[in-house]
Amino acid sequence: MNEKSMSNENLLTVKHLSRYYSALTAVNNISFHLQRGEVLGFLGPNGAGKSSTMQMITGNLAPSAGQINVCGLDLLDNSKKAKAHIGYLPEQPPLYRELSVNEYLRFCAQLNRIEKSKQQASVDRAKERCGLNEVGKRLINNLSKGYQQRVGIAQAIIHNPAIVVLDEPTVGLDPIQIRQIRTLIRELAQEHGVILSTHILPEVQMTCDRVQIINHGQLVYSDDISQLNQRMQSNSLILGLNNAPPESELNALHYIDGVEALGNNRFRLSHSAEHHPAEEIARIAAENNWALFELNPEQKTLEQVFVELTSGEVIHTENNEGAAA
Amino acid sequence: MMVLTLARRELRSLFLSPLAWAILATVQFILSYLFMSQLQEFLLIQSKLASIENAPGVTELVIVPLYSSAAFIMMLVTPLLTMRLISEERRNRSLALLISAPISMTEIIIGKYLGMLGFAAIMIFMMTLMPLSLYIGGSIDAGLLFTIVLGISLLIASFMALGLYMSSLTAQPTIAAMSTFGMLIMLWIIDWAGGKADATASGLLEYLSMLRHFEAFSKGIFSSSDFIYYILFISLFLVLSIRRLDGDRLQR
Repeated sequence: MNEKSMSNENLLTVKHLSRYYSALTAVNNISFHLQRGEVLGFLGPNGAGKSSTMQMITGNLAPSAGQINVCGLDLLDNSKKAKAHIGYLPEQPPLYRELSVNEYLRFCAQLNRIEKSKQQASVDRAKERCGLNEVGKRLINNLSKGYQQRVGIAQAIIHNPAIVVLDEPTVGLDPIQIRQIRTLIRELAQEHGVILSTHILPEVQMTCDRVQIINHGQLVYSDDISQLNQRMQSNSLILGLNNAPPESELNALHYIDGVEALGNNRFRLSHSAEHHPAEEIARIAAENNWALFELNPEQKTLEQVFVELTSGEVIHTENNEGAAA
Repeated sequence: MMVLTLARRELRSLFLSPLAWAILATVQFILSYLFMSQLQEFLLIQSKLASIENAPGVTELVIVPLYSSAAFIMMLVTPLLTMRLISEERRNRSLALLISAPISMTEIIIGKYLGMLGFAAIMIFMMTLMPLSLYIGGSIDAGLLFTIVLGISLLIASFMALGLYMSSLTAQPTIAAMSTFGMLIMLWIIDWAGGKADATASGLLEYLSMLRHFEAFSKGIFSSSDFIYYILFISLFLVLSIRRLDGDRLQR
C-alpha cells in the first residue's frame, strides 16, 4: 500500500478499449489503469477476453476502438517508443527452441535496443532473477516446461520495462515452480507495474494488489484485492460431525438460518452476515460430544462470484470436497 | 542495426537445422557433377573449336550452362529455404516476441529477408568457386562471369522474396513451400503460352517470365530493364509481406 502512495504514477492508461472479430465482440469498452509498484490481476474464465486485452496493450493486436497510453506515449501513434516500455509474456512463451538460453536472451536484449556494452549485464540479471543460471548453455528445446516458462519471463523483463504483462504465467507448472514464479512477480512489482492474467483465483489473492474481473469482454468488477476477499466470504460454513444430533438441533443454534445435510455427516449451515457462529459451534459441539471433525467457513468459488457479479444471484455448490479428508 | 540483428538470428537458426547443410551439400554436389561433365565435353571438342573463327570459349560452353542449371535447381530448393521464415514463427507463436519489441514490421521483414540473402550469398559463392578454379589452367571471360553471377543473384533474390511472402500467408511451412514452388514454376513457364497468341498478350507474358530476364544476363548483356524487373519483383513481394504481417494485427 505504501508503495502505491509513494509513487502515484500512471504507467498505463486504457480508455474505452474494444475489439471485435467480425460478429464476435471479444473486448467491449474496457477502461483501466496501472500504477508503478502494483500488480493488477486480470481474472476471468477462458474466452472472456483476457488474452485479447493483453495482446492489445502490447501492440500485438490492433484495437477496434479505444486508446492505450503507455508512459505518456500513445501505443498506436508512437508504437516503437511505447513498446520499449513493455515486456510481454504471451500465453505460449515466444521462444526460439533451437537457440541456447544465453543466445536467446542475448538476441532479446538486442531486439530491445539495449546498448552493446550493457547487453551481457542485462542477460545476467534476467537469468539471475528467473533462476536460469545453471541452464544458460542448454538448448531451450531441451528444457522442461517450467524452465521454458521462466525463459519467457526473463525475456519479458530483460530490458527492465516499466510495465510487465504476463499472460497466464503459471499454467502447466508444478506447485514449487508456481510458488517461485509468484514470488518473482511480487519482486517485479517493486520497481515495475505488473499485469497478470489468470483464471486461478488463489493466484490473484496471493500476488495481486488490485483485481479486475472480465467476463464476455466486459469489466464486471474492479477493486482492491481486500474488497474481493470480502466478497468471497459467503454466509455459510461446512460442519462435519461424526456423532451428529438431529438437524433440528443444529437449526436451533444461535444465528443459524438454515441447515442442509451434505451426507457423510457433513452439513452446510447458513448464518446471518453480522455474526460468525464458528466459535460457538465449536464450543457446543465439544460440550455435547458431537465429535467435530470439520468446521470450515465456506468461500465462494470464482464461478460463484462471477455469477453474482453478472446476474446478482447467490448460488451454492459443494466446493470443499478436498477439505473433508 | 536492428535488421542485421534479425538477419543474423535468421541465418544462425537456418544453420542450426540440418536442412541448410543438406541443401548446401546437395546443390554443390549436383552442380560440381554438371560442371565436371561440361568441362570434360569441352576438353573433347576443344581442338575442333580451335579451327573455327570466333568460336565460343570455355565461359560460354561450361560456365553459362552451369549457372543455367543452378537457376533451375535453385527454383526447386528456394521454397524449402524460405518456407519457415514466418509460417513457423506463426505456428510456434514466437512472432509475438518480434512484434512486442520496439521494432517495425518493415524491419522484421527486411531483417528476415537479409538473413535469406546471406544464405544465398554463401550458395552463390560456393558455386562460383568452380568457374574461378578455371583460372588455374587458363583464362575466362570475366565480364560474362560477372553478369551471370549478378543475374543469378537477382534471380535467387527474387525467388526468396516470393518465398518470404508465401510464408507470411500461412502458418504451415509445407503449404508455404508448395505455393512458392507453384508460383515459381508458373512464372518460369508463363511465356510458353505466348507465341501464337496476339502480340501484346504474349509480350506481356514474356515480360513476366523470370527465365526470359535471366537469359539476357547469361548472354553477358546487362540490360537495365531486366535489372529493374527483378528489383520491382523483389520490392513488390517485400511490401506485400510487410502488409500481410501488419494485417495480422488488424484482423484475424
